[in-house]
Amino acid sequence: MNRTTDITAAQAKEAHLRTLFLSGLDGDGVAYRQFLTELGAHLRGFLRRRLYDGASDAEDLVQEILLAVHNARHTYRTQEPLTAWIHAIARYKLTDYFRARARHDALNDPLDDAFELLAAPDLEPAQARRDLGKLLDQLPGRQRLPIVHVKLEGLSVTETAKLTGLSESAVKIGVHRGLKALAAKIRGTR
Amino acid sequence: MKTDDFISLLATGVAPVDRHALTKRFGVAVLVGAAGATLIMAMVLGIRRDLAEVAVTPIFWAKIALPLCVMVGSLWTSTRLARPGVRMGGSSWLIAAPIAAVWLAGAFVLVAAPGDARLALVLGKTWRVCPFNIAMLSIPGFVAVFWALRGLAPTRLVLTGAAGGLLAGSTATLAYCLHCPEMGIPFWGVWYVLGMLVPTIIGAVLGPRLLRW
Repeated sequence: MNRTTDITAAQAKEAHLRTLFLSGLDGDGVAYRQFLTELGAHLRGFLRRRLYDGASDAEDLVQEILLAVHNARHTYRTQEPLTAWIHAIARYKLTDYFRARARHDALNDPLDDAFELLAAPDLEPAQARRDLGKLLDQLPGRQRLPIVHVKLEGLSVTETAKLTGLSESAVKIGVHRGLKALAAKIRGTR
Repeated sequence: MKTDDFISLLATGVAPVDRHALTKRFGVAVLVGAAGATLIMAMVLGIRRDLAEVAVTPIFWAKIALPLCVMVGSLWTSTRLARPGVRMGGSSWLIAAPIAAVWLAGAFVLVAAPGDARLALVLGKTWRVCPFNIAMLSIPGFVAVFWALRGLAPTRLVLTGAAGGLLAGSTATLAYCLHCPEMGIPFWGVWYVLGMLVPTIIGAVLGPRLLRW
């Protein structure tokens, strides 16, 4: 395949992902799940091609970048290309990963081309080394309980508020802060 | 946890996202910064007594223009840096241009002045306290701007910290203009710029630690 068709394919992919992501921003959970699944496959393919000796960390990084994209989703500006936005987040997280491993030699290499990000996806997830479930268990109750009820069990905010005795806004804040705290815990495990 | 399960977790129960989150956060930060600096200035330093008289002179508005332009420029820069993948673009020019203009005008004033009066023009009467006062007035804005940035997603942390610090510093300088009696352009070019530089450098140093996400 030559580069022109690659670019056309990447543009189509960008448009497709962007539509799903924007629906997700409007509260469409089905579209949003589809977006994260497809993005995860692209990230996996991309990271496996680039992380020569760290291939076993790839799945951890896929999860970490997906969480970062989720936590930063309110900073996406509709008129910007989505790929550039995701690329900057992935690059930021990957730089952090390499810094922790003192692999400064690799810093210039891995994520230079935003368009590479949406090349061949990899649909076969590996076993993540880090268990996010265990990290979730370490969160304080006012963050853990809203995440367990709303995000894992699929209860509504109102039901969760009744169940936990928290106010509805405390439930929403708990989910939001809990997922940010989860990202901080992931950084702490490096 | 498997990636598919984690994706389910993220996608379950998603609420519509507020598209104006960034504008709101920065709006609050600038308001808190300006109100806080003005309040501290009025209580600790006092508004200059001849404010009503100088407020009708063009030179007073030229003085206001320096921190105001830097504030608009650093606000624009900070909001761009707070989003992943957005470049600084031309926003840094809006910071550099007013400072360059004041330096140029200050140089003209100094060249035109007699030799023995030049040092007095630069030092004014308050050079010892000016940068310190500006740094003090920038504290509420600094806290508020970093609060705003921590809720967003900057990826260049040193630069973002510096831009945030400059936003706090220029907001403080704007409030300080209501107190400061100095009307010499060379004075602004040295001491106001130094005063704004203090929170800028602190912001650059603290950025990587405070803004990680």
